[in-house]
Amino acid sequence: MEKKTSLYEIHQKYGGRIVPFGGYLLPVQYETGVIAEHMAVREACGLFDVSHMGEITCAGPDALKLLNHVLTNDFTNMYDGQARYSVMCYEDGGCVDDLIVYKVRENSYFIVVNAANKDKDFAWMKAHEQGDAVFTDISNTVGQIAVQGPKAQEILGRLLPAKSFPEKYYSANFNAEIGGIKCVVSKTGYTGSGGYELYMAADQAPAMWELLLETGKADGLIPCGLGARDTLRLEAGMPLYGHEMDETVTPLETGLNFAVKLKKEEFIGREALLAGEIRRTRVGLKVVGRGIVREHMTVSMDGEQVGMTTSGTHAPYLGYPIAMALVSLNAAEIGTRLSVNVRGRQVETEVVPLPFYSKTKK
Amino acid sequence: MNFPKELRYSKSHEWVKIEDGIATIGLTDYAQSELGDLVFVNLPEVGDELTAGEALGDVESVKAVSDVYSPVSGTVMEINEELLDHPEQINEAPYEAWFVKVENVTEEEELLDAEAYEAHCASEKENG
Repeated sequence: MEKKTSLYEIHQKYGGRIVPFGGYLLPVQYETGVIAEHMAVREACGLFDVSHMGEITCAGPDALKLLNHVLTNDFTNMYDGQARYSVMCYEDGGCVDDLIVYKVRENSYFIVVNAANKDKDFAWMKAHEQGDAVFTDISNTVGQIAVQGPKAQEILGRLLPAKSFPEKYYSANFNAEIGGIKCVVSKTGYTGSGGYELYMAADQAPAMWELLLETGKADGLIPCGLGARDTLRLEAGMPLYGHEMDETVTPLETGLNFAVKLKKEEFIGREALLAGEIRRTRVGLKVVGRGIVREHMTVSMDGEQVGMTTSGTHAPYLGYPIAMALVSLNAAEIGTRLSVNVRGRQVETEVVPLPFYSKTKK
Repeated sequence: MNFPKELRYSKSHEWVKIEDGIATIGLTDYAQSELGDLVFVNLPEVGDELTAGEALGDVESVKAVSDVYSPVSGTVMEINEELLDHPEQINEAPYEAWFVKVENVTEEEELLDAEAYEAHCASEKENG
């Protein structure tokens, strides 16, 4: 039985088409449709319910040491409020999940994980606790709303004093208040269009949603569903667990080297990652033939299979179909022509640089 | 939701208009609304033989691909090439955005009139 977020009734009120996702009932789109929702985020602003994401805290005098043991990134030298992306690996180097760690203050961290992986992640973390530090799953008490797009700052600015905004990308203010609701304002996102992610008590999320919608409506802010969330992250070349990475793929294969600090003395998966030979890598594909490439399709070069697609769609902002794939290293060079088997038909694609879309390189 | 009286409908959500032995086929308003924004269409070629109840092509939304079934058996005499570049026309005007015209129609699937098709959609919606 799927769970509902505290915004479930709001989604119904605004015409959300509800589907099961990651153990939750969430809107895949509203009446506006995936394309309009996607474009709203690229050109104005979109509002997303991401309350299904899991939240876990890590606290105690040995919290930093514990995080550096369980996760691939290095969390030393972070300032209060700073966020850092990381992967959590199995001993063999495969991915348990990817996640974001915030330093709230000394000895206190806030971790955001994928909804579908939350129970697995938490069990893994608990099994590897050591020293004087404890992981706690607080997912059910936390609501999360993403406000994404070029107008996000202006809209939020009517509700939040300038000094309450987090200054840098990948940082957060843990003591903000919007419309009388205590919240965390984080300068992060999963769309490639900039903006903020807000965390608040789950029961306050509906009031926050209505306030944001009312405040941003005139600027073109609209509610967006999971459909647009997926096309936006794909256009922005962002990996998604279960697609570009999973327990059989290492973070190095999927190109997340920046989040894997092999120079750290020790972390779970380090030895396997150091010893393992990298035979494949993640690439971006632009479809040059006719067709839409989806996930799990065979990729070949000169008739020989070189990999599989991991995600694919029609990119609404770019206006052509794109895909990501894991392919062997000899097939990964920019400009390489690769063909993808789309239900028995070979569709021509070209390896292009990631991200497909970036707000700075329009 | 629009269900023109002059058309007949398949349970798999295609509309058909048969005039002078030529069947014009498209996707219904209900189908386009359920599928969402359409971004790609695959059509058969002129001269292809279609079989009633089998796929004549497919449409893709941002999220997924869906087959489009032929409600009749016959020979493709014309395809709507405009749809290949403008699949959004199916969302905008589903009863004008025809897919194919079929001649030498030898067989028809059991087709519904507008009223029966509307009831069929309502029951599908109810049962998810």
